[in-house]
Amino acid sequence: MENTFWGYRRENGRVGVRNHVIILPVDDLSNTAAEAVANNIKGTLAIPHPYGRLQFGADLELHFRTLIGAGSNPNVAAVVVIGIEDGWTKKVADGIAATGKPVAGFGIELHGDHDTIMRASKAAREFLQAASERHRVECALNELWVSTKCGESDTTSGCGANPTVGDAFDKLYAAGCTLVFGETTELTGGETIVAARCRDDKVRADFMRMFDRYQDVVNRHKTTDLSESQPTKGNIAGGLTTIEEKALGNIQKIGRKCIVDGVLDKAEMPTGPGLWFMDSSSAAAEMVTLCAASGFAVHFFPTGQGNVIGNPILPVIKICANPRTVRTMSEHVDVDTSGLLQREITMSEAGDRLLDMMFRTANGRLTAAEALGHREFVMTRLYESA
Amino acid sequence: MIHCVLHDPNDSVAVVVVENLKAGAHLTGLILDENRTISLESLQDIPIGHKVALKDMAVGDTVIKYGVDIGKVVAPIRKGEHAHVHNIKTKRW
Repeated sequence: MENTFWGYRRENGRVGVRNHVIILPVDDLSNTAAEAVANNIKGTLAIPHPYGRLQFGADLELHFRTLIGAGSNPNVAAVVVIGIEDGWTKKVADGIAATGKPVAGFGIELHGDHDTIMRASKAAREFLQAASERHRVECALNELWVSTKCGESDTTSGCGANPTVGDAFDKLYAAGCTLVFGETTELTGGETIVAARCRDDKVRADFMRMFDRYQDVVNRHKTTDLSESQPTKGNIAGGLTTIEEKALGNIQKIGRKCIVDGVLDKAEMPTGPGLWFMDSSSAAAEMVTLCAASGFAVHFFPTGQGNVIGNPILPVIKICANPRTVRTMSEHVDVDTSGLLQREITMSEAGDRLLDMMFRTANGRLTAAEALGHREFVMTRLYESA
Repeated sequence: MIHCVLHDPNDSVAVVVVENLKAGAHLTGLILDENRTISLESLQDIPIGHKVALKDMAVGDTVIKYGVDIGKVVAPIRKGEHAHVHNIKTKRW
């Protein structure tokens, strides 16, 4: 395996693999201005989302942590923040500015959309031209942060695409990379296997507390056994029958050697290398957005039936072992490991193919999702707004 | 040609990995990791990705895949039949 890649070293020392200038709305009301700025300044990227008003408590903290984390991600060179008023706009802009990267915040009230768009466009233009002069530099492999989450899984995920990620994770773990997995409810039936992989009793207790908390959410709100939600209709169409079966396939992604070194709350940043568990939704766009907010630079996304997800900040590499999906949805597949199911390639060879694609992606190759324009940015909500 | 794969030699179901599998087909099943094969006959048409039963199972039996409990049998299943939501349910939630 190679031990370096070409990335963008940011002001705080973190390394990214993309060089985005993003236009980040604080709230739903500011999407229109953000999209207008991105339309004015070609090459910048608006990140619209539907939330940010009248949230409170832990849900509001998660909102800020997600926005500040997304802006702080090393795949982002500079950020223009736009909010309806100055206070929360400044809070998000200051949070991102702590990384040392260029940030400018604009509140719409007392200005209106026109004036805000004009002023924000001027800042965006300066940021974009400055970013265009940033160059890739050679970086050590252990500076790369890699996340994983699977989607529209089927039974081929558990015997093909997910263990491919597991093989790659085992190799990246040994190389000292920072890794994360999550999908809390989707470990149901395999939670004792994850618990047994935890580094020590404290990590195990933290993991089980997050697992049990999420089970309580399901039990409090469920009206059925969740069939068609978890597993999804697509999972069932693909042959997955129960949540236990789905979970056992899911945890193939953490390989056979990695130790779970710590646990993270949603959108929380790891404090060191190793494999982290992040408490998170199992919905693809929510989980990948949380990974982006936690600072991850490349994402491994195995799929069986063909989830088409992407993310504006985090390149999503799709891995598929279902020969029918590879045939019918080839434009979405970055790494085809269907040969595993016919013994045409070994698991280690499949993992190496994924790692090869990881290096190519880190060095600048656009993923299928990037080329197709998939930019799903979906914030996790904890409860109703006030 | 591999028609189905199982994770553990003790699994009671295997995953069909070929398209258009018909009733009466002779199946070669690969035990992943052990690189060893088994044989059985399909009693029904089974779509790719869906499971074939490797033994007769009665209502209340536990279904084993990855060597682990993945749910309970809710309608009798014969070896070679399609095993899915019509005859297996979760034990959780």
